[in-house]
Order: sequence, then C-alpha cells, then structure tokens
Amino acid sequence: MKSNDTSRREFLAAAGLLATAAVTGCATKENPFQPDAADGLKPSGKKIKLLSVDGEVIEVDEAFLKPVPHLPPVSNEQARIGIPGKKFVMVIDLSRCKSVKACQSACNHAHQLQGDQNWIKVYPMQDADHTAPYWEPTTCMHCDEPPCVKVCPVDATFKRQDGIVLIDSDRCIGCRFCMAACPYSTRVFNWEDPGLPKEVADQPYSCESSVPQKKGTVGKCDFCADMTRQGELPHCVSACPNGVFMFGDMIQDSVTNGAETFRFSDLIRDKAGYRLMEDLGTKPSVYYLPPVNRNFPFKNDEAKPEEKKS
Amino acid sequence: MDTLAKQQITEDLLPQKFGKQGQIWVAFLSVLCLVGFIAYCRQLSKGLVVTGMRDYVSWGIYISNFVFFVAISLVGSLITAVLRLTDVHWSTPLTRIAEIIAVSAVTFASIIIIVDMGRPDRFYNLFIHGRLQSPIVWDVIVITTYFFISLLLLYFPLLPDLQILLKYKEKTNKYLYKLYTFLGSFWKNTPGQISISNKAVNILCITIIPVAFSIHTVTSWLFATTYRPGWDSTNFGAYFISGAFLVGAGGVVVAMYVFRTHYKLEKYITDDHFDKMGKVLVMLALLYLYFNVNEFLVPAFKMKKPEEEHLLGLFTGEFAPVFWFAITTAMIIPILILIFKKGRKPKPAFVAGLLVVIGSWFKRYLIVTPTLLHPFLPIHDVPASYHHYFPTWEEWSIAIGSLAGALLIITFFARIFPIIPIQETITETEEHEKA
Repeated sequence: MKSNDTSRREFLAAAGLLATAAVTGCATKENPFQPDAADGLKPSGKKIKLLSVDGEVIEVDEAFLKPVPHLPPVSNEQARIGIPGKKFVMVIDLSRCKSVKACQSACNHAHQLQGDQNWIKVYPMQDADHTAPYWEPTTCMHCDEPPCVKVCPVDATFKRQDGIVLIDSDRCIGCRFCMAACPYSTRVFNWEDPGLPKEVADQPYSCESSVPQKKGTVGKCDFCADMTRQGELPHCVSACPNGVFMFGDMIQDSVTNGAETFRFSDLIRDKAGYRLMEDLGTKPSVYYLPPVNRNFPFKNDEAKPEEKKS
Repeated sequence: MDTLAKQQITEDLLPQKFGKQGQIWVAFLSVLCLVGFIAYCRQLSKGLVVTGMRDYVSWGIYISNFVFFVAISLVGSLITAVLRLTDVHWSTPLTRIAEIIAVSAVTFASIIIIVDMGRPDRFYNLFIHGRLQSPIVWDVIVITTYFFISLLLLYFPLLPDLQILLKYKEKTNKYLYKLYTFLGSFWKNTPGQISISNKAVNILCITIIPVAFSIHTVTSWLFATTYRPGWDSTNFGAYFISGAFLVGAGGVVVAMYVFRTHYKLEKYITDDHFDKMGKVLVMLALLYLYFNVNEFLVPAFKMKKPEEEHLLGLFTGEFAPVFWFAITTAMIIPILILIFKKGRKPKPAFVAGLLVVIGSWFKRYLIVTPTLLHPFLPIHDVPASYHHYFPTWEEWSIAIGSLAGALLIITFFARIFPIIPIQETITETEEHEKA
C-alpha cells in the first residue's frame, strides 16, 4: 500500500506539472518533439510557446499538444488526514504591510474566486482613539480549537493532523453555522453559482485546492493545502512584494516568506508575536508581529470612497 | 346528565363545513402558500442569492421564523402537559387548540430550516455524516422527538371523539368517514382501552416537558454556543423558553377567540377562559420581561467594547424602532391591557394576544440579525450593501407562506376534527354536575 501511494503521488505530481498541456509520449521517446508515425500526427505548422520545467521557453507544434485530464492530487481520505509530521503555521508581520493587496488578488486568482468574494481581507485597524492605525491582513486562522469545526453538523469542515482546517464542498449542506461561529469573519458563502469558466468548473474537486467552488456551500482560506503538499508556499506568501507573510512548519521551527527564512520561535520571541483574540481560546495557527518600526507610513486611500458609498 | 344534554354538546362541537368566510380564508392562505412556493422555486434554481442575506448577515428572517415556530410550538406542552399534571381542569377545552398549534408550528419549523439550507439536496448528509457534537444535530433529534410526542398527544385524546364522529355518519362525507375509520375504528371505548390511553397520555405529558424545554433551549444554543456579542449569553436558554411560553399562550388566546366567534362556541370557550388565559399571559409577559432586563441591562451596564455597538444599535441606533416596538407590543401593552378585569374580556384579550404574537415575531428577528452585523472585526473588503440587511420579496413570500401554511394546517384540522374535545367535555360536565 505504501509503495503504491508513493508511485501514485509521483505520477500525479508529474501530471500536475504538465496539467494544462502535456507533450505526447515525453516519457518514452528520445526526442518527444519529433513526430512519431505511430501517433498518426502531422505538424500543423502552428507553434506554441511553452515554459519548460527547467524554466526555458520552448516552442512546440500545436499538433503534439494533447490535453491531460485533471486528476485530484489526493483522495478525499488523504486530504482529510493531512501531511504527517507537519504543523503548519503562518506569521504575518504588520510592520511590513502597506495594503498592496497582492496577497488578495493572488489568492482570488488561484482559487478562482468570483464576484465579491475575498478569502484574504486587509483591515485598516485602529485599536483606540489615540493609538496608531495599521493594516491587518487576515486569512483563516486555522485554529487548533476551531469553533467552526465544533459546530459543523456533517463534518464538512474539519481539522487535519497538520493543523490545516479545510472545507469539503462536496459534503457541505450550506447551513452557515460555521460562519456564525467563526469570530474572525473569515468564511464566505457561495450565494449563487460561482459562474466559473467551463474548464475550471469541470476540474475534479479537491478540498485541498478548494477549486472549483460550489453553489450553496461555504468557502475560506485553505492555507493552500495543495501547494504545501508539493512543498511550495501558499499563493499569498509568494505574491506579497513586502514579505509580510511567512509560512512554515512549527515542528521544523522555521518560517519563510520566500526571500528570508527565520527560526519561528526566535521570530515570535524577538518581535513579540501574538495571536488574534487569544482570550476566546481558539488557539490560531496564524501569528502576528506588531506594527512597530514600520517599513511604510499608514495611508488609507480607501476609507473615504467607501464612506461615500454607504 | 341526560342524553339530551350530551346530544347538544356533541352537535355543538362536531366539525362544521367551511362557510363563505371559511372558504375565503382558505383561499387566501392557499394563495400565500402558493406565492411562497413560487419564491422557493426561484431560490432553488438561482441559489440563496435571491435572498437579502450575504456573508455577514448569513442568517436572516428564515432563521428568525424558525425560532418563532419553535417558540410558539412550546405552548402544546404548557397547556396540555404542565396544566394537566398540576390538575388544572379549566384548560381542557383548550388542549386540542394548543396541541394543533404545536404540531403545525413544529412541522413548519422543520420546513423553514430546510429552506434556509444552501444545499437542501444534501439533507441526507445529516443522517449519514451527522456529528453529535454539533448543536444542529441536537436540534434535529429533539425537534423530531417533540413532533412525534405532540402528534401522539393530539391523537390519543382524539380517539373517543373519532368514535363519536363515526356515529354521526350522516353529518360527514365519504372521504372523512373513511379517514375516521382508518384512524379510530379500533377504539371501542372499553375500560381497558381507556385506562391504557390515560396511562399513555400521562407518560407523554411527563416526557414532553423535558423535550419541550430541550427544543427551545437547544435552539437558543445555536446562537449561544458562538462567541458573538448579543448571542454569547448564559441567559439564553431561559430567555428563549420564557419568550416561547409567552408567544404560544398569545397564539392560543388568538385561536380561542377566532374559533369561539366563528364556530359559536361561547358555551365552551367561555369568558372565564379568557380571564384565566389573560392572567397566564400577564404572568408570562412579566417573566419574559424579567429575562429581557437580564439580557440587556447587565451587558449595558458594563458596555464591553464588542457589545457596545450591538447594544447601542438596539437601544438608539438602526434597530431601535423595531426593538422598542417589539418590547412594547409583545410585553408592555399586553400587560397593561390584561391586568384589568375588563381587559380580560374576549375581545381585548384577543387584541392583546395578537400584539404578543406580532411583537414576538419581530423580537425573533432582533435576536438573529443585529448580532451578525456587529462582528468582532469590522465589516470590510465587501460591497457596501453587505453592511445592511433587508429581506427580499422572495424571503418575505417564503416566510409569510410558511406562516400561512401553519395556519392552513390548523384550519383544516378544525374542519376535519372537533377542535374542542367532545368526550372530555361531556365527562367533565358530568363530573361537575356530580360535584
């Protein structure tokens, strides 16, 4: 069973890399770009530029491209268990945030969010009248005592061994109790059909990728569980130009924003990391570093137009 | 008691055909139900986007309507069980009214909760993937239990009456006769049957009390088990139960008046009944007022930051008109009417009962929605429309349709079965004469 699993994962990883377009027979032939009589294919003369795995731009004739059907990267059972030996954690450094919202747009794009949905929100915060305002991006807190999971009547939202809280959109009954239970207002609802392009809507659903979103079910930040399984960073982390988000594994005690890597425990100790609404006992997996010695002044351009609107 | 008097009671209380008024009433309710059904079909095809609910106000008038139905259904246990077990006899003519209100309200509570689901097609997941730690699953269990106990409490006392109905074959039509035969032909009024039935009713009366408390306490926990200001309250169970008895008793007074005037039942639903129910209503309104004081005054004294916005919204802000309307119409005005002896005459008592029911509906709305508009983190990164909630026509139609549906069940029940227990009335009159 175990060896079976590994080979399947390797195979699926390969399929994933070439998910949008794969070149015929690349595994068996010396030169996969030469037409093969057995395939019965003739060059169409129309070349398409592709980015190879090594990062080189290559040109391939259109005729040799064949679509590979999408496969879910892991089974539902595996997705519910999580990655063994990991405890994912995020650190958000408020001193670096200037509300560029690149995190938000990368997240929306990666999860094919339509309309008004945002899984990441960037709040202009001011704790008291005379304290300094700052930007506070929020993701799902992936609480260790998740109130949403407690109230879900059908185990559609669940907590994994690796600390990630996910939603199974194939099981969710749309009662929205989890939305009422979440104190961080992190959950959104698909009030209507998400209206996804056909190729996205037809993708096989996985609760790790959270794509495609489904009508009448709840959605939220999934810590990009599909990316972490591949050993990659969540989209918000790599998209942020200011390195606000740091992601990593608490057991390895390291977090990174792609450019810099820190020892998690040192970072939290030296910069006085904290979590949101600690008093509720939800035990979030997302830590914040206070907005001291800021990289940018706080400038809120959105406050006024929004006030006008409402 | 002579047979003539018995005959008179029986003929007075036999179900009557719909008159012109009755037909108009049924047609009116049916139209409301139909409009609600059409609106629901729209919602099924387009999704919950047809409602005014969005990511912040994710529960709206469907859920407040659900709470209202569960609340009003509690009266079945109050009138039938609590008063019966405490040996109060004046309420006997009211038991069936209370019990049919309970059954129809619980039925529509279940329907409206399915209407609120984003994926009603996956309802079965509650049974194949149900997790016992979720208050929703507790609610499903206790509401189902309550429904069946209420149904049996409606059915067992009906058996002797069915036997009477079967005797009056000439007064009923073919289909109803078949129905009565199906439901009650095995009942022969033997002492053995009567004693089994009495025992069963006693057992049901005892079991329904904890179950009734459970359904509304668990319903309150759907809110109280969250962290949100306005819901995070240890007072919630008792607050809900007291409010439920109030609205239920109000509903019974309204139904009493309507049946009394429409079916000319002045001999059976007497002024004395209104007087006594009026006193019950005053007591329940004072009780609910007491829990309201607890619910609002204590947090308002402290004005913790997360609570402040919510409370000010209710007292002086966006929801103040509805809040004060609900408090005055559901509690204060009915108390002021009913503390006077003249106020406990049928007509003013009916008005007071109606005010209780209307005020209580809006009270449920205030329990559900304003809290959702005051989350811990400010509402942000959403369209401006998410800052407010107003139900759409689809929501109104479905909510009103469900209320009409519940009334329709009660109306048809009164058409088919005697709304005042015939046999029990005869027995009690006999006992009264003996004494």
